[in-house]
Amino acid sequence: MTTLAVLEQRDGVLRKISHEVVTAAQRLGGSVEAVVCAAAAVQGADQAAKFGADKIVTLTNPAFAKYAPEACAQALAERAKQGGYRTIVFAASATGKDLAPRVAAKLGVGVAADLTDLAIDGDALVGTRPVYAGKALLKVKVKSQPAVVSLRPNVFTPVERPKAGAAETVAVNVPAGRVTVREVKAAPAGTLDVAEAQIIISGGRGLKEPANFKVLEELARAFGGRAAVGASRAVVDAGWRAHSDQVGQTGKTVSPSLYIAVGISGAIQHLAGMRTSKVIVAINKDKDAPIFKVADYGVVGDLFEIVPKLTEEIRKLHG
Amino acid sequence: MKIAVCIKRVPDSETRVKIAADGKSLDEAGVKFVLNPYDEFAIEEALRRKETAGAGEVAVICLGPAAAQETIRTALAMGADRGVLLQTDKIPTDPFETAKVIAAELTGATWDLILFGRMAIDDYSHQVGPLVAELLGLPCVTAVSHLDIEGTKGVAEREIEGGIEVVDFPLPAVLTADKGLNEPRYPALKGIMAAKKKPLEVKPAQPGAGTLEIVALTPPPDRKEGKIVGEGAGAVGELVRLLREEAKVL
Repeated sequence: MTTLAVLEQRDGVLRKISHEVVTAAQRLGGSVEAVVCAAAAVQGADQAAKFGADKIVTLTNPAFAKYAPEACAQALAERAKQGGYRTIVFAASATGKDLAPRVAAKLGVGVAADLTDLAIDGDALVGTRPVYAGKALLKVKVKSQPAVVSLRPNVFTPVERPKAGAAETVAVNVPAGRVTVREVKAAPAGTLDVAEAQIIISGGRGLKEPANFKVLEELARAFGGRAAVGASRAVVDAGWRAHSDQVGQTGKTVSPSLYIAVGISGAIQHLAGMRTSKVIVAINKDKDAPIFKVADYGVVGDLFEIVPKLTEEIRKLHG
Repeated sequence: MKIAVCIKRVPDSETRVKIAADGKSLDEAGVKFVLNPYDEFAIEEALRRKETAGAGEVAVICLGPAAAQETIRTALAMGADRGVLLQTDKIPTDPFETAKVIAAELTGATWDLILFGRMAIDDYSHQVGPLVAELLGLPCVTAVSHLDIEGTKGVAEREIEGGIEVVDFPLPAVLTADKGLNEPRYPALKGIMAAKKKPLEVKPAQPGAGTLEIVALTPPPDRKEGKIVGEGAGAVGELVRLLREEAKVL
């Protein structure tokens, strides 16, 4: 039984989320074949071996220099048809959410998407996914062959399990496709996306005005490049912060190791986006705010006194 | 511009989730259902495109139970021209089955654009749009937060981690709408009155069983009871100690 783990690269460099995909794939037992679409050799692709890839295949085509949804989908679907894989694992990242259904449709199946757990139960693959704004977990048996699944980012912590990772490069002949990425407008250097950050400090209406987000930005900086600043829907709708920073049902779903909610009451639509965070800290002046119900640690009081103090303490830790 | 918008009736996100006696589904008693919020962006975009073109049609298509007529009426009240309910009591668990039913309905006409919400807020599948595009052989861009169309050429922007992808695509195409694409209008009283008279066709649908089978629907595990560390800046020292020594995240 072989699992196909679909890795991601950007600008020729393997994306870290690929480690999670390989980790989840090797949990299923059998062998793991990792595959990545790229224009040329991918820097860091050999890392997949460390997390359990028996084989690492680079499918090359000039069109893969940027994300080429149609060309990638065709190349992966052709590989999948030849390979006879039991399971195909994607990340439910921006790219994975776009790519997985395209590949699945070509194989005549749907995707068990955004899984937070997966296992083999007897001869079937069973996946768990949060539904209804995270207020319930749906456990599904995936009966298709192959089973196509995608994984919620930051849930499957990479575990090192070194394998041979024999490298293979295959030039694939596929058309570039009708949908093409013209350019990627990168966020300013040094800003970390909330979807990828290990630490998120989110602010809500309690910040009182947009300029006050600087206290959160200072705290984020104190963590030395590992933290991103997020926002509640209320402050995004008010135009204080960009939509790309929004955590919640109509924003991003995040699972960082540490989530610090500052001046956020904890509406259900916000909780939907962050309740799978590993550790949650809430800082709020209202001791009855719903955010304290999901928080592991709460501090009640004036955020403008608490957050700068926290920044100072974190700076001390990081010297 | 002939535009189809595919919508879904979903439980309101504020709904208290109660699991039905079968242990596999939502107990719908007392649940308020709404138009999926992401679909509002799709409807709004369709209306604006038709208004800009000065002519055309916005048709709304929904797979759902009889009660989803109400959801379609909401879209008609916003300004869509007609609705089609593909009626079934059971929305498939397998999104591919949903996609097949919707694709079959869309095959009957030629569309310039087929729009979906980026995902439904009940099942978080985010895939019916691209599955339909594949079934119809149409180009597809997902999670569109900005859109320009000139003739039969489109340029869309989509948020990715750490940036924005600018994507070229030809029409006709399938697009899924993200927040930020536009600001959806509220149905005005005039629109609500007009919607009652707009055509709403009900067709029976028989989606297949698919290959995803529900094992169980359960409440999420309770988070370990948290603690209030203290009040004010004086509690920060203890908070940092707990994060280091107990939670081990620092």
